[in-house]
Amino acid sequence: MRRIISILLLVIVTFGISLSLAKIPFGVPKTKVGKRYISEGVKETGATNIVTSVVVNYRAFDTLGEVTVLFIAAIGLGVVLSTSRKKAMREVTPASLILSTGCRVLFPLILVFGTYIFIHGHLTPGGGFQGGAIIASAYLLIYLGCRERRINAKVSMSLESLGGLLFVVVGLIGLAIDGYFLTNFLPKGTPNLLFSAGVIPIIYIAIGFKVGSELTGIIDNLIEES
Amino acid sequence: MIFVFFLILLMLIAAIAASIFKDLTSAVIAAALVSLIASVLFYFLQAPDVAMAEAAIGAALTTAIFIIAIRRTKRYEE
Repeated sequence: MRRIISILLLVIVTFGISLSLAKIPFGVPKTKVGKRYISEGVKETGATNIVTSVVVNYRAFDTLGEVTVLFIAAIGLGVVLSTSRKKAMREVTPASLILSTGCRVLFPLILVFGTYIFIHGHLTPGGGFQGGAIIASAYLLIYLGCRERRINAKVSMSLESLGGLLFVVVGLIGLAIDGYFLTNFLPKGTPNLLFSAGVIPIIYIAIGFKVGSELTGIIDNLIEES
Repeated sequence: MIFVFFLILLMLIAAIAASIFKDLTSAVIAAALVSLIASVLFYFLQAPDVAMAEAAIGAALTTAIFIIAIRRTKRYEE
């Protein structure tokens, strides 16, 4: 009896949800703000990548929140794992020749690619988060291929803090000059050039360093622990 | 267009496989395949930013973290 009632309830709820979803037009823009980003984004921010102009200029404060969430997650993981940290170095079996050679060849290339992604965030697809994740995957390759190597945890933590600090300081300078937090106070320059779009490349470089060192720190914590 | 349908079919199969595998390592690899195909589909939908994030985080880092977790716990599900 209970099963029949729950199935009936499920059917009714599904019917109601699909009725209300059918009323929403699909693929038709429902707000005007998206059109404005597309038509005026390049002129107002100087960034040719419209996603970047939204993420780091129009909605930069949301990005600060997002970076903070990632920061808190990394800190929480470090705190949880540090209670049971064994200081003794384990015996590591060295990786095979193919893996270690491939790691040595590929690691600098992946690192340069990740850096390219976040430096050119305002021109081409990608940005600080994507570049940081690519850099963290390069360090993951180091942990697979060259197992005796370890990252310097102090340097990675200072880079992370400096990235976050640079983001907030850029925002505060904007507050002091123009009266709005994270406003674009530098000259916009010519679109499509590397040195353009004001503070966007600075913020994206800060985010790239921060996300890269944070994700590397998470992997480092987990591997040291296991 | 046929290619996209094939990818979506493969993604569905991988997602179902990830949920029914008893060997958790295989399940993690199947979940990574879902992320990889999702990033290719994002690229076809003209969202290269999301595709890049999905490929780097979903397919590489999440898989690595899951595999480290499996190494610490059990490989097979009862």
